[in-house]
Amino acid sequence: MLQLYGQEFTSRMLLGTAQYSSPDILRQAVEASGAEIVTVSLRRESARARTGQAFWGLIEELGCRVLPNTAGCHTAKEAMATAQMARELFGTSWVKLEVIANADTLQPDLFGLVEAATVLSAEGFDVLPYTTEDLSAAERLLAAGCSVLMPWASPIGSARGLINKTALQSMRAYFPDTPLIIDAGIGSPSHAAEAMELGYDAVLLNTAVAKADDPVKMARAFAQAIEAGRLAFEAGLVEPRDMASPSTPVAGTPFFKIDHAS
Amino acid sequence: MSQPLSIAIRGAGITGLWQALTLARRGHTVTLLERSAAPFAQSCSPYAGAMLAPRCEEESAEPIIRELGERGIALWKAAYPGLMTKGSLVVTPPRDRVMLDRFARMTQGAERLDGNALAALEPELGPRFGTALYYPGEAHVNPNAALLFLLGEVEKAGVDVRLGVDDVPQGADLVIDCRGLAAKDALPSLRGVRGERIVVRAPDIAIARPIRLLHPRFPLYLVPWGDGLFMVGATAIEREDAGPVTLRSALELLSAAYVLDPAFGEAEILALGAGVRPAFPDNRPRIIVAKGYIYVNGLYRHGFLLAPVMAELLAGYLETGAIEPEVFVADPAQR
Repeated sequence: MLQLYGQEFTSRMLLGTAQYSSPDILRQAVEASGAEIVTVSLRRESARARTGQAFWGLIEELGCRVLPNTAGCHTAKEAMATAQMARELFGTSWVKLEVIANADTLQPDLFGLVEAATVLSAEGFDVLPYTTEDLSAAERLLAAGCSVLMPWASPIGSARGLINKTALQSMRAYFPDTPLIIDAGIGSPSHAAEAMELGYDAVLLNTAVAKADDPVKMARAFAQAIEAGRLAFEAGLVEPRDMASPSTPVAGTPFFKIDHAS
Repeated sequence: MSQPLSIAIRGAGITGLWQALTLARRGHTVTLLERSAAPFAQSCSPYAGAMLAPRCEEESAEPIIRELGERGIALWKAAYPGLMTKGSLVVTPPRDRVMLDRFARMTQGAERLDGNALAALEPELGPRFGTALYYPGEAHVNPNAALLFLLGEVEKAGVDVRLGVDDVPQGADLVIDCRGLAAKDALPSLRGVRGERIVVRAPDIAIARPIRLLHPRFPLYLVPWGDGLFMVGATAIEREDAGPVTLRSALELLSAAYVLDPAFGEAEILALGAGVRPAFPDNRPRIIVAKGYIYVNGLYRHGFLLAPVMAELLAGYLETGAIEPEVFVADPAQR
């Protein structure tokens, strides 16, 4: 079971709710994915005026836990204000904290992120920070009060997959007991499976499903890949090796070569 | 045809106008009731992109929208001399070119243009974008001019137009409710989707066709209205208020226009505004039939494209009972 801030979940897939062609397609995709957590990004002006409620009502009808997202915030202050509004609107202390450094790459501003995470954790929020694979930032976030980390695989919406797999492996090894969720950059189910095989606890994605030709079918594909990757991790993968390793024993064959020169 | 009816239509936006015109021309006695005292004052129609682009829309809409939309263009052609039929173009900055491939894959009837072919159509865009998708059969209108034209035609067709009236009409054989989001009191699954647009004057820019600029975060469309006027718009925001355009939205729209053609840097901003379009959860239009009362609603971002088709479908239904199953809904629970 996936455990996040004292809650248990069967599904290890978190799905974003943006960019679908209609709320109806979104609902079908969420159902097909089996996701128990969906993220919702708030635009501050609509949160303040409560004018997005028709859409939020549809999100709440999905029956999933809602994880509000401070998407598009460029400063810690903006992100904190958005988190406060999200808590009021959705009645949840959970927040996916995003502080964006750069409008082009959408990479996290780690300094602003730590600043906002410190304040929000002290105010009782359960913060799920969108971060990079940087280990020192991760330690600061844990010290700030976060008990879940969400590193990117690659930039948001890029569909590039795990572009720094070595660093993600180090991060997993470095924080063996912290729930780690891959957030952003996942393009295909094989990327998601790869993240799960590394031992990541869950995968959060949006564009890869929402912008697929058939989002509902793609949601199902991701659900199966994530489950397969998790099972593979639990089962224990064999290590890759340079030589062929026949699955049939070779003992008793007359010419057993040590080198491969011939 | 069957017996002419006395029909009251509520709402004089693009949907109500087309219903009134079509039904009056088919011999019914039509009254058109509009809550606002000035035409279009409380309607989202003037804020429409008013692109008649059924093929481009299929990138994010279901095939039925394209099928109905093709009929919509034919109906506009027959009714409105101001229709502009130069096709439409889709471009993207070089580094986002994969989006163009996706757009082509999700739609039908695109011609892939190289830089020279694009320059032959739109000289200002050819060198900068190098490639484009061209949808020759598509069209567009200036929404304000088209709305005024339709209102004039409605009056010529003998429709009794009453402004400043929001009562439920009494005594008619049939009421057709085209109130858009205002009908939410009766159609609870209806929601509003905000769209923002800016009107600029740039007499030196000669772009003649609607242009869609694909971008992962700041998609944009530019619609030439003629006489140096352009409409810049894009957004589909899940919000229900028609309040002023935010600075952020304006920046996004104007920067995207500037990317499209840096000559927009010299354009004059004439108007910024937002409208709220009515949509059902599947973003598909519906004709909901109850006894003596019919709703035509949920045209979402396809009001100009689909309004004439919805009117034809409803007029046909009144004459023969024929229904288009993808649009007609009889069960009130489906509201």
